[in-house]
Amino acid sequence: MAVDRVERQRRRDSAADIFDLPTVRLRGRNVLALVLAPEFPMSDWFTAFDRQLNAAPGFFADRPIVADLRPALSQGGQQAIGLVLDTLALRDLKLIGVEGVEARQLAGTPWERLATRLHGRDTAVETPEADPDAPSSTEADPEAEPAAAGQTSLLIDRPVRSGQSVVFAEGDVTVVGSVSSGAEVLAGGSIHIYGALRGRAIAGLRAGASARIFCRKLEAELVGVDQLYRTAENWGAGLHGRAVQVMCDRGSLRLSAFD
Amino acid sequence: MSKVMVVTSGKGGVGKTTSSASLGAALAQRGQSVVLVDFDVGLRNLDLIMGAERRVVFDLVNVIQGDAKLPQALIRDKRLETLSLLPASQTRDKDALTEEGVGRVIDELKERFDWIICDSPAGIEKGATLAMRYADVAVVVTNPEVSSVRDSDRIIGMLDSKTRRAESGERIDKHLLLTRYDPARAARGEMMKVEDVLEILAVPLLGIVVESPDVLTASNMGAPVTLHNPASPAAQAYVDAARRLLGEDVPFAQPAARQQGLFSRLFGKKAAAA
Repeated sequence: MAVDRVERQRRRDSAADIFDLPTVRLRGRNVLALVLAPEFPMSDWFTAFDRQLNAAPGFFADRPIVADLRPALSQGGQQAIGLVLDTLALRDLKLIGVEGVEARQLAGTPWERLATRLHGRDTAVETPEADPDAPSSTEADPEAEPAAAGQTSLLIDRPVRSGQSVVFAEGDVTVVGSVSSGAEVLAGGSIHIYGALRGRAIAGLRAGASARIFCRKLEAELVGVDQLYRTAENWGAGLHGRAVQVMCDRGSLRLSAFD
Repeated sequence: MSKVMVVTSGKGGVGKTTSSASLGAALAQRGQSVVLVDFDVGLRNLDLIMGAERRVVFDLVNVIQGDAKLPQALIRDKRLETLSLLPASQTRDKDALTEEGVGRVIDELKERFDWIICDSPAGIEKGATLAMRYADVAVVVTNPEVSSVRDSDRIIGMLDSKTRRAESGERIDKHLLLTRYDPARAARGEMMKVEDVLEILAVPLLGIVVESPDVLTASNMGAPVTLHNPASPAAQAYVDAARRLLGEDVPFAQPAARQQGLFSRLFGKKAAAA
């Protein structure tokens, strides 16, 4: 999910100084937020959650947290919202937003400043306890490759087929095989494809501009690194079918052949 | 040990039903006991291709719902003793199929037949996923054109993730059957080449069935091409494919030679005309 950061500037008193003011630069940034969805009975849920929290205190430190209030709201009604948010706040979590409630339902509470319309999509997250039923591990596509706990890279030893989506926000993805037309690979770091890239590859969800995409044969529909992307019609036909790397170069995407 | 084989493609009109019938007949002709199961509930065709449309009393849905016993619904082929058909229902839709019910019917069929051939409907929805659900072997039918190849790729991904075998960590045996192949058009670059299709799909080749009027004629006559016109190149291709399914090592050299012959004949004709 994207959190826009505004680099603030000092205010000047005089309007005449307007031309001396620095330019305000807006930068986009992807950070991984964790979504928590407490449900009734709350005491059980928070006991289980506290256990995870104690097992890996560093896991939640400085992680933005989004509270999914849908289960609480449907099971406990309006008053459950405040209860859930208060209880989460007691644990020193960095709440940045809520899901499943309207802004007006928070009006008048200490939580009315929380964002209610965060955009973003679910990605795989490793929970500190490798619990396969953990609700925080959701895939954008049921066919996506699961990420095992503690991994910083993902190796896929077979072709990624049309319609499949591999999302690995934690690090690099290596595919031994081809990525088909209509398939996509999204990685927190770089993407290495030992085969033809015919679908989409988007690298740098977490690593940003330092990530790269490498493929043995470029026949891709789209490549992207750190919010920059390019579709096939926007690179020269001369690169088609060649071994190529894709990287960020001074704010734009550069594709270059190896051979 | 009986085998459950799904014939699937994603895209419609590529020749799934024709291939199911022809492979089934070819296997039966080699002494295997075979049942063809039509999963295209609501749009059944297999009974027509097999020439059994006037013999359908009960169907797959009746058996799943317990309205009929399996032997009542099975139709034995009049030409081949060891070939049977379990037709689909034309008046119902795919929601009449349940995973549990399909599993029960397939288990029962396994006790009676060496090969259970599931003719999948087009698409990636319930009918197609249930047809592949219990498969040990998959034949992916593909035409040499980009849309068919991409749809097949999607289906192969589903075979590797949504079947019983895949879910229990085993791999499903996948084979590519290239149908409606026109060597002359491929040579002129109007159609994808065999190598291109194989490179994209990365699945071993089971056979190449050349586009031929024999196949359509056979379908209209209600007979698999392997029975109707055994000498035709299409029938030969299906027989070779069936032999490969039985584990025989049948070389591919012959169809390649024939393709070249056809191409040079065509070329020769053109030269003569000029």
